[in-house]
Amino acid sequence: MVLTASDTAALQQLARDELPGLYALARRLAGRNDAEDVVQEALLRACQAFGSLRDHQAGARWLRVILANVWRDRVRKDLRAPRELPVDDVERFSLYRTLVEEDPFPYSDSLHLDFLSAFTDDDVDTVLDRLPPRYRAPLVLRYVEGFATAQIARMLELPLGTVLSQLHRGRRLFEREMWNYAAECGLLPDQGGARAGEREGGGPRWSA
Amino acid sequence: MISCGEAVRHLWEFLDRGLSDENQRAVEEHLAWCVRCCGELEFARSLRQLLRTTAEGGVPDDVRNRLSRFIDDLDHID
Repeated sequence: MVLTASDTAALQQLARDELPGLYALARRLAGRNDAEDVVQEALLRACQAFGSLRDHQAGARWLRVILANVWRDRVRKDLRAPRELPVDDVERFSLYRTLVEEDPFPYSDSLHLDFLSAFTDDDVDTVLDRLPPRYRAPLVLRYVEGFATAQIARMLELPLGTVLSQLHRGRRLFEREMWNYAAECGLLPDQGGARAGEREGGGPRWSA
Repeated sequence: MISCGEAVRHLWEFLDRGLSDENQRAVEEHLAWCVRCCGELEFARSLRQLLRTTAEGGVPDDVRNRLSRFIDDLDHID
């Protein structure tokens, strides 16, 4: 579809406004190496489909759906592949209880929040990167981007039950990888973590 | 009545209001008397918030420059 000059200008403005969010989503879904390419492909598809966007106020959401579709088409096989993870291990893991049992901040009266405050944004990104795509994507689309579960199922072209199951397992995997990452990267003070406490004074970013 | 294990398994769905009415009520009833699971609930809420607050990182300058040029060139696409 050939766009009019004013449509092209509107799409370009939308793309400029949404670039940080689009790149962040692409980086989370596809990883740093492929993120730029995914954004470019999404913008090309957006050019083809811009005429079908009726509500320009919904443009930001619309671009994200296109970007998720681009990524889905690249990893379609992996999204549907049988799971290869030892599920029992993951199902039983609770980060909350692991923190209570291991007590990495023995002098803290807010153990769980102290643990979370040790994570920078880059740390959280790295933990997400460690998850297999089929668990990472529903988690990112649901909890970072705020899409409803049914919409995620449509975007990824997966049955709703599959997405619910991937979300459930993804949450458990995310918790386990938070713990593993903290132990490996020196975020726990009683393991000599050089970085532990770096965020002191930064305040809890997650307070509701 | 449900066990702590079952309640904890459903906490994120509970926060999402994604459970059936019956399961939503069962978790609510469990949380009404189980202090430990209330702690788990607050932690799950904090984890969700942590994910949300990392929503947008920066775009590296070189990537931003290339993508900006790409956007500028969109009006040359057939």
